[in-house]
Amino acid sequence: MRYLPLTDADRQEMLSVIGAASVDDLFVDVPAEVRLPGQIAGLPDHAGELAVERHMDRLARQNLSAGEAPFFLGAGAYRHHVPASVDHLIQRGEFLTAYTPYQPEIAQGTLQVLFEFQTQVVRLLGCDVANASMYDGSTACWEAIGMARRITRRGKTLLSSGLHPHYVSVANTMAKFTGDALVHEAPRLDAATDIGALIATIDKETSCVVVQYPDILGRIADLTPLANAAHEAGALLVVVVTEPVALGAITAPGHMGADIVVGEGQSLGVGLQFGGPYLGLFAAKQKYVRQMPGRLCGETVDAAGQRGYVLTLSTREQHIRREKATSNICTNSGLCALAFSIHMTLLGEKGLRELATLNHALACQAADRLTQVPGVKLLNDAFFNEFTLILSKDARDVVRDLAGKGVLGGVSLGRLFPDAPEIGNGLVVAVTETVTVEDIEALAKALEEELA
Amino acid sequence: MTMLKEGRPTAPQAVREEHMAPATATGNRALMLEEPLIFEIGSNDTTGVDFAAAPKAVSRLGNLARKDAIGLPGLSEQETVRHYTRLSRQNYAIDLGLFPLGSCTMKHNPRLNEKVARMPGFADLHPLQPQSTVQGALAVIHELAQWLITLTGMHGVAMSPKAGAHGELCGLLAIRAALEARGDARSVVLVPESAHGTNPATAAFCGYKVEDIPATPDGRVDLAALKARLGPDVAAVMITNPNTCGLFERDLKTISEAVHAAGAFVYCDGANFNAIVGRVRPGDLGVDAMHINLHKTFSTPHGGGGPGSGPVVLSEALAPFAPLPFVEKQGDKFVLVEEETVEDHHGRSFGRMVAFHGQMGMFTRALAYILSHGADGLRQVSGDAVLNANYILRSLADVLDAPFGGSGPCMHEALFSDKGLAEGFTTLDIAKGLIDEGFHPMTMYFPLVVHGAMLVEPTETESKAALDQFIMALRSLAERAKAGDEALKGAPYHAPRRRLDETLAARKPVLVWTEPELAEAAE
Repeated sequence: MRYLPLTDADRQEMLSVIGAASVDDLFVDVPAEVRLPGQIAGLPDHAGELAVERHMDRLARQNLSAGEAPFFLGAGAYRHHVPASVDHLIQRGEFLTAYTPYQPEIAQGTLQVLFEFQTQVVRLLGCDVANASMYDGSTACWEAIGMARRITRRGKTLLSSGLHPHYVSVANTMAKFTGDALVHEAPRLDAATDIGALIATIDKETSCVVVQYPDILGRIADLTPLANAAHEAGALLVVVVTEPVALGAITAPGHMGADIVVGEGQSLGVGLQFGGPYLGLFAAKQKYVRQMPGRLCGETVDAAGQRGYVLTLSTREQHIRREKATSNICTNSGLCALAFSIHMTLLGEKGLRELATLNHALACQAADRLTQVPGVKLLNDAFFNEFTLILSKDARDVVRDLAGKGVLGGVSLGRLFPDAPEIGNGLVVAVTETVTVEDIEALAKALEEELA
Repeated sequence: MTMLKEGRPTAPQAVREEHMAPATATGNRALMLEEPLIFEIGSNDTTGVDFAAAPKAVSRLGNLARKDAIGLPGLSEQETVRHYTRLSRQNYAIDLGLFPLGSCTMKHNPRLNEKVARMPGFADLHPLQPQSTVQGALAVIHELAQWLITLTGMHGVAMSPKAGAHGELCGLLAIRAALEARGDARSVVLVPESAHGTNPATAAFCGYKVEDIPATPDGRVDLAALKARLGPDVAAVMITNPNTCGLFERDLKTISEAVHAAGAFVYCDGANFNAIVGRVRPGDLGVDAMHINLHKTFSTPHGGGGPGSGPVVLSEALAPFAPLPFVEKQGDKFVLVEEETVEDHHGRSFGRMVAFHGQMGMFTRALAYILSHGADGLRQVSGDAVLNANYILRSLADVLDAPFGGSGPCMHEALFSDKGLAEGFTTLDIAKGLIDEGFHPMTMYFPLVVHGAMLVEPTETESKAALDQFIMALRSLAERAKAGDEALKGAPYHAPRRRLDETLAARKPVLVWTEPELAEAAE
């Protein structure tokens, strides 16, 4: 076995040091009636690199990858071009094969990256403090609801109808066990967001309002009135961002009064990866830092007075506080945070703004072209790089038929909201810098045929 | 000296002058290059990415255009590569040497796995593509699931949990759902004191009261005490097997029978599955739910703190409550069962734990690892892992106290304590001394049941030569700590940084970079 360095001679020599006759004897504490006498039957033996690669390649080729087709899917996961140096750098063994930085003297690389990452996230989201990452956007969203409950000591949460339905599902699952009361309904096909309705619903029992920006239909609106209404009632505003590139073009949630901003960081550096691993972003106002979940990296000095970084405020965490911890999270998304941070460093403010401008301009161009197709209407007044089209028939069927023609045309609202057939004609279309004019034309042509 | 109650110092003593190397003008030390923060070297006008010109468009951003400076400095590609390459060299990693972090299973990360995960057919797939276009991806999830079920002898597996602690949550939610389904409200989860901190944190998160299970002097769960505590209020028992003292819980089958007889469930923390893969199947021990850290047993890289992946294998009693989504084979087609397609027979699922379908990028890597080893290789994995740990345990027993050395062979990790070190010398001193010797330290001060614990997990991917060098280093440090060699208290001397002040970091948290003039004004 190419990964196992011991030779039989080594094993014999080591056994004699231990004083055991065989490796099997070391398993003497496993009761005989359950101890397996030999390898598990019915499974294949070890295989060489070539054979494994062939097998995996065969499975990979059974998929239609995004790069092979005109591609317009978003709805919480976005296809952006990731510069080659990002993947090169995250594959350096010193990053890839390191552990959580428990020994800071020999983990300054990871720790400095996390400190830089936290600062980038704070600035992008417009907050004061950020943690070193969560699993993904949906779990970060749930953790934010829990954090708001700890701060306000209230148990009612208003979820905007524009929140990603998977995020809603995750919150619903958890709330069944924590007893939080969640208020939510499916979105309606209105150009306006539900901010007005949310403001009208906030009351003195409300812990927080959770709103997505841009929302699941691609709509954007000023969140300041919502923040004010929440604060007047003693509630917090939690904002979810699933497309961080948008914040290169539109006002940061923290600057509109959000108390906690969470997000899915996958857009920068991470790639689509069929849904994971992704990167949970988590940021908040300074005054709430000790209620935050997850790891935090902080600056300090070493015994010789040199600047360095350590994991800090760990008295919030499970390995110290056990059942009293702010969260049970241990492993987070360190390598994805690194990829995000490298991509952000390559972009810088200039590049991020250019990227955002390009996304928005292409999305505008696509919206103009696609609405020329008979049977297609645009829902949104305002959007960033994603918008909702209202088709003249069920969008699920359209998406399936388009895939048959080699066009990955978007995400149907039927897939996202199976219990809301009244919005089933909605198609969410994302347009990033990876989309070409030819792609837009291909989608328009395919829709014309489909809706004719 | 500032220290925690387990005896761990949290702030260093000042370094004596004779232990300082002469300073250089740059602060660099040959290959060890100091690297400022990107905020100190980048500028908002610099970028390492070129874009095509945007087509002309009338903005549809409403009144929301972001006008303020964001404060995100950029670097050119060359500067970026250099920045992160320099930082990377301040990290220890498995690629550099033995990484004996107990309970963390830092084994070699095969590079084939990286190559496979990057195949565009896996890496460049959107999670919401029509199922007809992702049949190969669903096949990977299904194939890995079948391996995990077979290796553990369990009934089903939930693939979506994102890491070990998330898997624990999945298991306890399934248990709670199963109890609620039979109208049986229970309030207590029993957890041994030696458990990972995630166990009690998870149980508390699920709304349970956590109670300790006592241990016997030989380091295992006290069966009699456990049996006596079982009752109609106990929902589950969480047991780590092999446990965090590195011992196999011999009585687990008996424990499971007693727990089941009392109407409760057995959750097994599978963090240490590496020690028993191919040797015993948790299903045969009566386990109801166990998470498997793909980033431990199945070699997906730890990446400096994740991403992990924590599929949870489930017994027949719990499998119906597994979270959405999951993959099913129907004829020759693979179907992703999610909200849209959930059928009556899945109506008992406790719901969704994450957006999308779990850690696909880890599934491809873990499957490549499993196929590379096969059933014969995986059995060799546990054999060599246990052999290596016992070799370390017995080779150092004369210089370090092994609190459970008399409890029979250890499993995949060797546990030592700080007993016998000279007055004022701690586990931390030995750990920091290991850094100078070119090793990552072992897990320290865990498990909590042993004072000054040193938990050493070499894994199966270390050669005898590497083990011998490690043993030699640890032996030398133990002897120095017993002899009261003061120089050890200043270690590490040769790392990029000396001991760091954790007390200062926590007392005055600086969690983001602030421009010096602003930081000054704020003070």
